[in-house]
Amino acid sequence: MTQSASQNTKPVIHIKPKKGFQFVDFHELAQYRDLLFFLVARDIKVKYKQTVLGGLWAVIQPFFMMVVFTLFFGKLAKIPSDGIPYPIFNYTAMVAWTYFTAATTSAGNSVVGSGNLLSKVYFPRIFIPMTSVLAGLLDFFISFLLLFGMMYYFHIYPNTMIMVLPLLILLMMLTASGIGMILAALNAKYRDIRYTIPFLMQFWMFATPIVYPASMVPEKYRILYALNPMTGIIEGFRSSLLGTVAFPTDMVIISAVISLTLFFAGLIYFKQVERYLADII
Amino acid sequence: MSTPIIQVNNISKIFRIGTREKRNRTFREALVDAITSPIRNLSELHRLTRFDKKQLDNHGGTDQPDTDYIWAVKDVSFDVQEGEVVGIIGPNGAGKSTLLKILSRITEPTSGEIMLHGRVSSLLEVGTGFHPELTGRENIYLNGTILGMRKYEIDRKFDEIVAFSEIEKFLDTPVKRYSSGMYVRLAFAVAAHLEPEILLIDEVLAVGDVAFQHKCMGKMGDVASSGRTILFVSHNMAAIRKLCRHSILLKGGCALSKGPTEDIINTYLSSSSLEKDHIVHLPRVGPEKQGSGLTLSFLSTDNKPKSDYKIGEEWLIHLEFQIFRKTEHVIAAIGLITTDGLPLTTFWSKPRDLLPGKYSTDFLCDLPLKAMTIQFAVGLSSYERTFYYVDRIDSVTISSISKDKQPLRASSSGVLMNYQESEIVQVSNDASSKHV
Repeated sequence: MTQSASQNTKPVIHIKPKKGFQFVDFHELAQYRDLLFFLVARDIKVKYKQTVLGGLWAVIQPFFMMVVFTLFFGKLAKIPSDGIPYPIFNYTAMVAWTYFTAATTSAGNSVVGSGNLLSKVYFPRIFIPMTSVLAGLLDFFISFLLLFGMMYYFHIYPNTMIMVLPLLILLMMLTASGIGMILAALNAKYRDIRYTIPFLMQFWMFATPIVYPASMVPEKYRILYALNPMTGIIEGFRSSLLGTVAFPTDMVIISAVISLTLFFAGLIYFKQVERYLADII
Repeated sequence: MSTPIIQVNNISKIFRIGTREKRNRTFREALVDAITSPIRNLSELHRLTRFDKKQLDNHGGTDQPDTDYIWAVKDVSFDVQEGEVVGIIGPNGAGKSTLLKILSRITEPTSGEIMLHGRVSSLLEVGTGFHPELTGRENIYLNGTILGMRKYEIDRKFDEIVAFSEIEKFLDTPVKRYSSGMYVRLAFAVAAHLEPEILLIDEVLAVGDVAFQHKCMGKMGDVASSGRTILFVSHNMAAIRKLCRHSILLKGGCALSKGPTEDIINTYLSSSSLEKDHIVHLPRVGPEKQGSGLTLSFLSTDNKPKSDYKIGEEWLIHLEFQIFRKTEHVIAAIGLITTDGLPLTTFWSKPRDLLPGKYSTDFLCDLPLKAMTIQFAVGLSSYERTFYYVDRIDSVTISSISKDKQPLRASSSGVLMNYQESEIVQVSNDASSKHV
């Protein structure tokens, strides 16, 4: 490269204490996109190294939860399941929920866990929680395979609304990223978060129509209930995959608004904490 | 001169020193403490990253010394021109690493600003982000992208990296099975093939065996001479001397000076840990040995205590030692060593049989040494069997000023000598370059 050519393409980096509102530098994210790819590849490759069952773990977890829930909530408590067999009713939700919990938890702990990386080299910090959210997708798709098996077994097939499924998955990822980034940033400052996350996810699960249908919630509380973005997403999953109820458009719209809000709130808060991340890790 | 590639203006960085632990003496106190601690913890954690205006304004004056925080870097300014290789030296805690972290955008400065004209890569540690479960190949890509390379750049240099690291056979083995030497070789190989305009390096050359270190130094030299701008933090003065023409001395967070490396190193060595006395008290050994060193002192030829000499100046080394029991054939020896650890010479006294008591001996140092800092080793022996030995004793500085204007002066290859006495004579008048 000649001197003048390098002169022209040289980026100028201006370092100074940043004050106030910061937003994501998309140009920089694009510059580093290969790194995101390799970080996700790392998480995926490392995940089941030196295990016997490997990728089967992605199915085992939601499957056995479904078995337990079917026994206790389906058989003993006789909770209704929108007129379809309880196992498939529950497993559909568990596929989404398992992904959501895993991605959020792992994103929440990711920054503290990458302390060494953060204090030794610069790269867009946002990639750390993002990696958790993206790497979790593989397990999600693996556990999806069993769902197809169950559909075949129970003779329940998706309707045309399955077209919306990618959107629902995207909303789920946005929610996981938003919450994940907020938890990751808080966790860096207050390590209490590490111990809070498991509680939070447990409470959240019962505030989401997973072991019971949304139709069980009294009509007057529905709007309030739908403020939990996972409500619309899980109900949407069931509707589009199993055709249980009419597609809950209202709920999904509320979910979408909340998911996006959470995502941007997460981004902004994370960018805020990012400035002094290396000092407190 | 064109715009400097690195412009650092009044950079400062403040840190909280950790929160102090309080000890509880009674059960009641401990109980009360446990209940109230969440509130206190919250405020302390919150305070970690917040500094009020008073503390920030205070960094010039010292009217209220608050021990709770520390200025790791304080009002540091310097410029670096494109293609310069600049060493950063200073004692531990001088702020060298913090400065590199600010420059590499790992941490934000508290005040001041920096302009960098070019792509920056920082190498604060070898093998950042290596994952033990991944193979050598996978780690090359992971580590490369972490350090700021694009995938196609790594593809292009992949074979070169592998060849440099000498691990071809183990490319598809998880790095957790590597020996530590293989691990650092691979890590350094990736780092060595970075091609940013600005490279920030923190003390990473001390890896691998001697042969590999040599290779690393060579590679660093190549990178330095390829027009890359490099900031290099190290405690290894030989490496700094070899790679950097200019250096910056940091101390207590402040940049003391920037200038030619040799001068800066001399300033550093003569000011820093070697806040020297002209008398050095030697470590004592007990009477289970035949004898022990007591003091080492440096004197000018007119017997004045002095440890800073000009080129060509002669000086005296005065050693005092004690003998505990009758010892025959005692030789006192003084070794001169460079700060890079290279032995220069050794002086021996004449052997003598000694009865218990205190003794001293003087050595005259009339070596033509270039501007440098010298450390000493002291040994006592009986029949050439050593019974007392210490080394790395503090130093004497030879400054670059010569005693007289001539005939001695420092050059890059040592001291110039005798150029007045040696004459050039003609051997033949054949002007052709042919050798017969």
